[in-house]
Amino acid sequence: MGEYAIEAEGLGKQYRIARGKRRVMLRQVLSDAVSSGIDTLRAGLGAEPDERPESTRRRFWAIRDISFGIRPGESVGIIGRNGAGKTTLLKILARVTAPTAGQARLLGRVGSLLEVGTGFHSELTGRENIYLNGAVLGMRGREIERKFDEIVDFSGVEEFLETPVKFFSTGMRMRLAFSVAAHLEPEILLVDEVLAVGDAAFQQKCLNKMGDVVGHGRTVLFVSHNMAAVRALCQSALFIDNGKIVYRGDVGGAIERYLNLGDGERSTPLEFEASAGRKAQILSLALVNEAGKVTSSVPHDRPFSVLLKLAVRAPIFKGQIELEILDGDFNTIVMARDVDQVETSVISGAAGTYECRVRFPAPSLVPGRYSVRARAVMRMRSRALLVDEAPSVWPFEVFDNGSVLSRLNQKWGGKFILPTEWEWAPEAETHGQPA
Amino acid sequence: MQARETIVAPPRGWLSLRLRELWEFRELLYFLTWRDIKVRYKQTALGAAWAVIGPFTTMVLFSVIFGNFAKLPSEGIPYPVFSYTALLPWQLFSRALGDASQSLIGNQGMVTKIYFPRLFLPASSILSGVVDFGISFLVLIGMMLFYDVVLSWKMILLPVFLLLALLTAMGVSMWIAAFNVRYRDFRYVTPYLVQVWMYATPIAYSRSLIPEQWQVLYSLNPMTGVVDGFRWALLGTTLELGPAFGISVAAVLLVFIGGLFYFQRMESTFADML
Repeated sequence: MGEYAIEAEGLGKQYRIARGKRRVMLRQVLSDAVSSGIDTLRAGLGAEPDERPESTRRRFWAIRDISFGIRPGESVGIIGRNGAGKTTLLKILARVTAPTAGQARLLGRVGSLLEVGTGFHSELTGRENIYLNGAVLGMRGREIERKFDEIVDFSGVEEFLETPVKFFSTGMRMRLAFSVAAHLEPEILLVDEVLAVGDAAFQQKCLNKMGDVVGHGRTVLFVSHNMAAVRALCQSALFIDNGKIVYRGDVGGAIERYLNLGDGERSTPLEFEASAGRKAQILSLALVNEAGKVTSSVPHDRPFSVLLKLAVRAPIFKGQIELEILDGDFNTIVMARDVDQVETSVISGAAGTYECRVRFPAPSLVPGRYSVRARAVMRMRSRALLVDEAPSVWPFEVFDNGSVLSRLNQKWGGKFILPTEWEWAPEAETHGQPA
Repeated sequence: MQARETIVAPPRGWLSLRLRELWEFRELLYFLTWRDIKVRYKQTALGAAWAVIGPFTTMVLFSVIFGNFAKLPSEGIPYPVFSYTALLPWQLFSRALGDASQSLIGNQGMVTKIYFPRLFLPASSILSGVVDFGISFLVLIGMMLFYDVVLSWKMILLPVFLLLALLTAMGVSMWIAAFNVRYRDFRYVTPYLVQVWMYATPIAYSRSLIPEQWQVLYSLNPMTGVVDGFRWALLGTTLELGPAFGISVAAVLLVFIGGLFYFQRMESTFADML
């Protein structure tokens, strides 16, 4: 017998992304078969076959070369930003999805908690759902019977036991679901961000319960954005970025790396070759995070800046610098000009080399992929004449730094985050109520 | 205590049916079936009545059109009893195809979030159909009493034919359920499949109407054997179960075993495709 409770060797998962169409349609397969038959025929007759764009069958590795060993009784946190591959790893270990490469060995009964309330049916009563959910999570009938009172007690919904769950509030539902899950007693427990349920008091109760689980010699793998929870529950942590284990060690070290995300792929500004013929030219472009570090990924809730270096060789009448933020489809979603605030642009002034820092407030952009484009233009009545455009854009990612949405597993919508205020008040009572 | 070892690795080959695992999870099958039955009878005001209304309406339609107008022979049995007897297993089968084939998509949340043998999803929806079957069976007994059809001793063999019906339903459902996940538009095909299949099965008419040279081909339809078996066991029809029945049974086993392999093979990809 090995010394590990969980041992992963070179685990990898590849997904295929078909751009545009996600679902495979039978009619598409059939028509593809027909048209590829025609292609073959045409190729046979000497015609060129249609070229299928590569992007329609792109593949990517959600995780790759993941190897680690976890000793029995150890509790390990997995941290990383959204999309880093944490959940994929957990799903593979829980056997929800099969790996593309590598293998893992788990010794002992495995319980997984990828979601609270999996298998709940809204038509069934609280009591019925306890049994159903328990069975779905892998409990035996007798085991559920034995723990039934404890589960009900923990959830605090005993008065509604005979009520269909569809009449439960979300909070009640979550509490009941967590209570069932918390009474699962596997030797290995895989948990994905499920502590964010209910009110603060219930969350504390859940944390304590998890602490109990950890204390009882169970092997726990725990994915969370809640650093305090990871710190409290785990003895060590894995930090995953871009599908790879970047760090394995003490919790503090992993959290530090998570918070310093951004020493990522790009760490030096883009420099562009000077050409003396241009009156004004953008010499370099970079994005920096709050700490002033050049980066290509920024947390959604922190400000960032764009750094520009500009050469002005001859003043440009009615000139201006434009900075655009493009979304993933290269649509301009933000257009900032240096003349938004001042009347005369720096490129209409004295010759020289200038550096500029353009600050963007936080939160501003919804997590996703963007890029920055910079150009110098000359205004001509209603049009603009291009003087210079930085030869390449600066791609960057805004990542979710642990928002409420991500904890609820919800998608952001739109492109911008505006600080809205929600003011609620009870409806004013109408005067002169009928007797 | 011997610790249980789980190996997680990329799927390979066709050979593993993982039957031991099905056995280990058997309680879940019970709970899922129980859930499907509960939900089915909770959601509808008419509840159990639905189980009867469907086949009964079809029986009335068939009796008027095929029994009265077309005057199709019914092996010496009153036509309503003759067709209703066949509609019992047919109802079980067609409902199974509808429900079971949607079972993976309908339980997406579970399939993408937790591991358990996915086979139980179509299986539980088919097993829950047995309750409907039981209710409509009682109606048949009533009809037989009304029409003075004598119950045959062969009735004790009915469970065998019921099992055959379930195997057929499960066999076909495993194919369709897996197909439905893979090709999202396959569900548009299912209703037509069921309709065509019904007329290819001796429900409204007797197998004796099929010309001799087509009998073997006709018997390849697994439901032919099931329906014949039901009539044989319940009504003591003149038509005896011969080699044709053997062919149907062989077809059932083929569809079932093939479906089992296909489904188990596709299982590991369901979570990624839903």
